[in-house]
Amino acid sequence: MRFDEEFFNLGYIDRLSYKETFIHNIDARVKLVIVILYIISVISYSKYTVSSLFPFLLIPVLFMTLGEIPVKFVLKRLVVVSPFIFFIAIFNPLLERNIAFYIYGIPINYGTISFISIIIKFVLTVSIIIILVATTSFAGLCYALRYFKIPEIFVNQLLFLYRYIFVLTEEAMRMIRARDMRSFGKKGTELNFYTKLAGSLLVRSINRAERIYYAMLSRGFNGTMPYNRKREANIKDFIFLFAMLLILFFFRFFDPVNIVGKFIERII
Amino acid sequence: MHMADALISPSVGVGFWALSVGGIAYSAKKLKEQMDDKIVPLMGILGAFVFAAQMINFTIPATGSSGHLGGGMLLSILLGPYAGFIVMASILTIQALFFADGGLLALGCNIWNLGFYTSFIAYPLIYKQITKNGKYHFIASLISVVVGLQLGAFSVVLQTFFSGISELPFKTFVMLMQPIHLAIGIVEGIVTAAIIKYVYTIKPEILLTSIPIEKKMKNDTSIKKLILMFAVLTVITGGLLSWFASSNPDGLEWSIEKVYGKPELPEKDSGIVNVLKNIQEKLAILPDYTFKKLEKKEEASEIEKYPNIDIGTSVSGILGALVVLLVAFGTGYIIKTVKRRG
Amino acid sequence: MSHHIVKFENVTFKYPDGTEALKGINLLITHGESVGIVGANGSGKTTLLMHLNGYLIPTTGIINIGDIILNKKTRLEIRKKVGVVFQNPDDQLFMPTVYEDVAFGPINMGFDERNVEIKVKSALEIVGCYDLKDKPPHHLSGGQKRAVAIASVIAMEPDILAMDEPSSNLDPKSRRSLINLLKSFSHTKIIASHDLDMILDVCNRCIVIKEGVIVADGPSEVILSNEKLLEENNLELPLSLQKR
Repeated sequence: MRFDEEFFNLGYIDRLSYKETFIHNIDARVKLVIVILYIISVISYSKYTVSSLFPFLLIPVLFMTLGEIPVKFVLKRLVVVSPFIFFIAIFNPLLERNIAFYIYGIPINYGTISFISIIIKFVLTVSIIIILVATTSFAGLCYALRYFKIPEIFVNQLLFLYRYIFVLTEEAMRMIRARDMRSFGKKGTELNFYTKLAGSLLVRSINRAERIYYAMLSRGFNGTMPYNRKREANIKDFIFLFAMLLILFFFRFFDPVNIVGKFIERII
Repeated sequence: MHMADALISPSVGVGFWALSVGGIAYSAKKLKEQMDDKIVPLMGILGAFVFAAQMINFTIPATGSSGHLGGGMLLSILLGPYAGFIVMASILTIQALFFADGGLLALGCNIWNLGFYTSFIAYPLIYKQITKNGKYHFIASLISVVVGLQLGAFSVVLQTFFSGISELPFKTFVMLMQPIHLAIGIVEGIVTAAIIKYVYTIKPEILLTSIPIEKKMKNDTSIKKLILMFAVLTVITGGLLSWFASSNPDGLEWSIEKVYGKPELPEKDSGIVNVLKNIQEKLAILPDYTFKKLEKKEEASEIEKYPNIDIGTSVSGILGALVVLLVAFGTGYIIKTVKRRG
Repeated sequence: MSHHIVKFENVTFKYPDGTEALKGINLLITHGESVGIVGANGSGKTTLLMHLNGYLIPTTGIINIGDIILNKKTRLEIRKKVGVVFQNPDDQLFMPTVYEDVAFGPINMGFDERNVEIKVKSALEIVGCYDLKDKPPHHLSGGQKRAVAIASVIAMEPDILAMDEPSSNLDPKSRRSLINLLKSFSHTKIIASHDLDMILDVCNRCIVIKEGVIVADGPSEVILSNEKLLEENNLELPLSLQKR
């Protein structure tokens, strides 16, 4: 039931994104900037970096808990999308076998280290994106994109697309249920049937677009979409941005793992 | 075949972001010039349609496994290349955000791989050419989907290779990606073609209405742009061919043998072969730039090649890592319990 | 107040594929009237509504709305006078939030931010949905969607309200509140529907269309109690008029 799962997932994230928490209330532009810088910081480490990446976990954890996003949900998403990256990364330990060091006599090769590094980077970058959309309304994100000068046609397209994904997936789901009800076992999921189903969904969609266009015209549509979402960033947003930038900077350039480690070593 | 953040280097990510945003901006400009208001809701709805259609799976004949629709070519056929590219980009953006397919930094790569080649190479140079006389829609969409996907898959390999995160040798990766995507492309091509055919029989005016938009496009596609597109195409196919030639000489010789009955070309110095050979020689470093070569060099330049590993080299590293992890999880736990009480 | 009239003179309409949907419609609707348009599926009701704000232009004949003759040039003007509520609210609510959707019309009409806000607020308050203003449309129930769709139209302050099947897919309670809402409007109302009980409740005049021609026009109580006429048009007596 891949379809239903995906659909409800989108709906679930959508509902999460309308919660009212500290993180949800932070300006979308601020969150977007932080997330992009975060991803670049994580990705910019060399392929053999492992421990320096650990501190970066703090930020998703912070967002997640403050934003009241269930950990289970994020973990589930991570598992669902992992196969491709796993498939690519698994070759590293097999192909790069130079020994880096030994742990209790067990040789660890460079490939294994880079494999672990890829997986950690994957976990960090994917979870921060999921958390971003689960804590920010999509309309808010699009507003942020427009603010950052992404072409308007594209931003409008995103909003339109997002609006009608819910309508059309529901329509598709009704059609699939009708199909599944009448297809016992495999029959009915064949290509031939699929094209008819998709084809008629397409024809219906185009008819719908025409009706929407009519509705838009009757309310004075003249080619531009007047999205008028204005939100002034407040002092809280600025403080949050500043604090996060500071933390990112510290994590990226001062390697807290090393500092903490040395400190503890000295104490011991 | 969505690229992922964890597999690319920042420079590749940012580079393709720039390319894709450029592509979007250019398409947006073109669309604005010929703005037919009607296309605004149509773009949104067709994007949502592709999204919904992708969620319906179907059984691939004779294999029992399931496939789904990619949609890029379908969008270009229905909306023209500019709108098609923008819609595809919007679909990939939402997938990157909500399904974590790929990632935010890799989004530029994905838009390029799944949108650019289909909308701006396969569509104008293959689909439009074959269907010039209003015929052969089926075969045209099939071939153009396959070509678009092949180019996209090759692009994935290049991006992965230049990022240098994965150890997969270039050659192996190509050998993995291209055949898989040939199979995917054929299935997707058939589906796209069948949907186009179905729509054509049920509602022919849909395809007819998309023609005026395309007509406008045709007029403004200047020769210069076409040449540029051809140049891109040549470099890519040339690179592909020469690479095959260099790393897999048997393959090329085999095909030559098949054509001419002997393993040598009749005219050795003919222009195109020379050009290919030149490209091949220049690109020949690529396949060699794999682990085998590194293995040989590694003893001499290990210190240079490999950075000091930060884990395990000192006790402090491990200690620090543990503490940081504890702090990270601890913070989350504390906030959660405090919140629950409050 | 003659400028709120709707007048059709010998209006015919042929779709590009050759289907003749309207074959000579003559009608006059005066200010403040509420008129129900009934008929079988495919009789031409929706086509007629689509002429009211110039989405379709008659093939032959004249449409006069508020003293303006409908043609390609005047249709923008006419759209300000006639608000159309569509059958499927999902087609009508295309903006990301309720507020932005209701604001779509007033912004396009050129009002400044402050006036837009006033108009949106009052429209949403009329239909009782001001609390929903920040919600995305896909979070609304069927009845709420319908109410917001109506608000999005009345925010433009049209003189004439045209509606296509406003009560379809509503649960009985939502339907009842919709009827009460419609009754409270002083606009000229033109409502196409199969819900004859609602027509009987809301409209004092009723027009029956069959195959693109008006076959009956008169007070709702008279038309809607004519069993023979209704049966000929794939309709049946409203429940409230049926004898037990």
